[in-house]
Amino acid sequence: MDIHEYQAKEILAGFGVPIPRGGLAYSPEQAGYRARELGGDAWVVKAQIHSGGRGEAGGVKLCRSEEEVRDYAATLFGKQLVTKQTGPAGKGVYRVWVEAASDIAQELYLGFVLDRKSERIMIVASAAGGMEIEDLAHDDPDSLRRMVIDPAVGLAEFQARELAFSLGLSGGQAAQMVTMLRACYRAYRDLDAVMVEINPLVLTHGGELVALDAKMSFDTNALFRRAHVAELRDRSQEDARESTAADNGLAYVGLDGDIGCIINGAGLAMATMDMIKLSGGEPANFLDIGGGASPERVVQAFRTVLADRNVAVVLVNIFAGINRCDWVAEGVVQAYRCEGLTVPVVVRLAGTNVEEGRRIIDQSGLPLITADTLADAAAKAVAARSRQAA
Amino acid sequence: MAIVIDETVPVLVQGMSGRIGQFHAAEMIQYGTNVVAGVTPGKGGDEVLGRPIYNTVREAVAATGAEASLVFVPPPFAADAIMEAADSGVRTAVCITDGIPAQDMMKVKRFLRRYPQTRKMRLIGPNCAGVISPGRAFLGIMPPHIYEPGHVGIVGRSGTLGYEAASQMKALGIGVSTSVGIGGDPINGSSFRDILEMFEADPDTHAVMMIGEIGGPQEAEAAAFVQAHMTKPVVAYVAGLSAPKGRKMGHAGAIISAFGESAQEKVEILSAAGITVAPNPSALGETMASVLR
Repeated sequence: MDIHEYQAKEILAGFGVPIPRGGLAYSPEQAGYRARELGGDAWVVKAQIHSGGRGEAGGVKLCRSEEEVRDYAATLFGKQLVTKQTGPAGKGVYRVWVEAASDIAQELYLGFVLDRKSERIMIVASAAGGMEIEDLAHDDPDSLRRMVIDPAVGLAEFQARELAFSLGLSGGQAAQMVTMLRACYRAYRDLDAVMVEINPLVLTHGGELVALDAKMSFDTNALFRRAHVAELRDRSQEDARESTAADNGLAYVGLDGDIGCIINGAGLAMATMDMIKLSGGEPANFLDIGGGASPERVVQAFRTVLADRNVAVVLVNIFAGINRCDWVAEGVVQAYRCEGLTVPVVVRLAGTNVEEGRRIIDQSGLPLITADTLADAAAKAVAARSRQAA
Repeated sequence: MAIVIDETVPVLVQGMSGRIGQFHAAEMIQYGTNVVAGVTPGKGGDEVLGRPIYNTVREAVAATGAEASLVFVPPPFAADAIMEAADSGVRTAVCITDGIPAQDMMKVKRFLRRYPQTRKMRLIGPNCAGVISPGRAFLGIMPPHIYEPGHVGIVGRSGTLGYEAASQMKALGIGVSTSVGIGGDPINGSSFRDILEMFEADPDTHAVMMIGEIGGPQEAEAAAFVQAHMTKPVVAYVAGLSAPKGRKMGHAGAIISAFGESAQEKVEILSAAGITVAPNPSALGETMASVLR
């Protein structure tokens, strides 16, 4: 689960990370007022959306007067900001963060991630910050410093010191860096984060280290014990179809194709999408109906998939273990009858109660296309799609 | 022989009193698994499916000599249940639970390292379908009838895609020695490499089907192991050719976040290590058949 920059900054500040003075605004007028409140003669106005690359996309601006702050904020509110990470639909701007401009002597990079190789929290840092970590890893891999943290001990002070000095920081700054590293680590550990990123972390001409930007992402599996983190969820930043699907126990990811997929199991879902692609089609989505799916959940899956207007064919592929083919078949028949389906539906069933499931499909009298194997199902879906297009 | 489980291994089920635990324990007993006890804190002294329930794993192990445990405990308590099994002398635990916090698994992995190699518990999963040695016994939630006994080992992250592989092979008359689901989480107990090592040592396994997916470094690690240490043929498939970068595809671990984690890159790494990669997910059986010929 992602949160906004201003929320990440507030959280990290609570753990002792220095951040620039700033304030949140819900309107252009409030943005102007925030600038006056902060004082000074230069402010940075930042669109709050769940995405990186806001600067390049025109969502961040240095302003020199209160009017400029207000006018620029007015162009942001209600806008769908498109960055290279959001996709073409972009993300809506409903809040802006106004902060006092910092004087920057040097930009560094600091990130905490879950390293799957060591299966521990890893710090990644670089004395060359300001660009995306992917670009940094590509353009200047030698600048990256990595350090793995033992969960039983936590981040040891000597480790933090080593890292600080390896970034070329001198005495007083290194001490600030140690404090910052330990604060970020505690935030990561105590709040069940999966990512903390400060990019850029700046060194001012006055020799202070400040988190100019901040990003945090949290483990959704741990939200049950992090109620105050769960409250930071912002549905306006999520794909409406994906979050509605998740509320109904369905894992859904929208894609660009036109063959809708309803499948059980993440691996089989990905494999079915691959098979569609290899058969000359394009999947419209990833959808895992999960285990023990009732007929109602299958109907809900149809609704989710068909909410995408590009969908020209639906492919149902179930290999039932803890699922039951008869329940799935009932769901398919119900969806067909009650949802006013106009697109062809290909159904492949295997596993628990398969005979019963096939019988329900055959006896329904509906024009459902049945398939025996994965390849057969994909081929029939692609063929039905071509007939639709013709 | 088979790996991990056969009809002789005494098994306890953590969470056997629950609806789901009870249902799957009954299926396992019917198939031939030697289920000797259940553990549910607070339900000690009860009986479920004719088996005694204990409050703690330690009591259950002392009373029954259980060597393996199947963990059906809800996510908030699952990590603790795994550590309890490890500390009580259980040799192998298979955890089905989906949704365990990543930092809990980090703690579990660190905890398991405190034991010397000779008494260190092997953990399989979490978020997996379990382990089956067809015709003998299983620990998990798979539909056992789709597996034909035989000599091909299966190891995969996904449950249902593993079923797909087993049924494609069964249709061609190819049977399975043991099928192991290592689970879809970013941090799991046993890696592809760990299970490949067991299959290499198992005289009953003549070839291995390995089913990977996008995300994480384990397929690359397995490729290096196969190249350096395996004498048995390995067929592989990697799901997620059509998965976009940076999006989580159902499994918590199925997300392309670094170099070498996409399906295309993994296929290249596996092929370069001399592993036969099935061209598509409907050709898992055929590809294995051609390698066995």
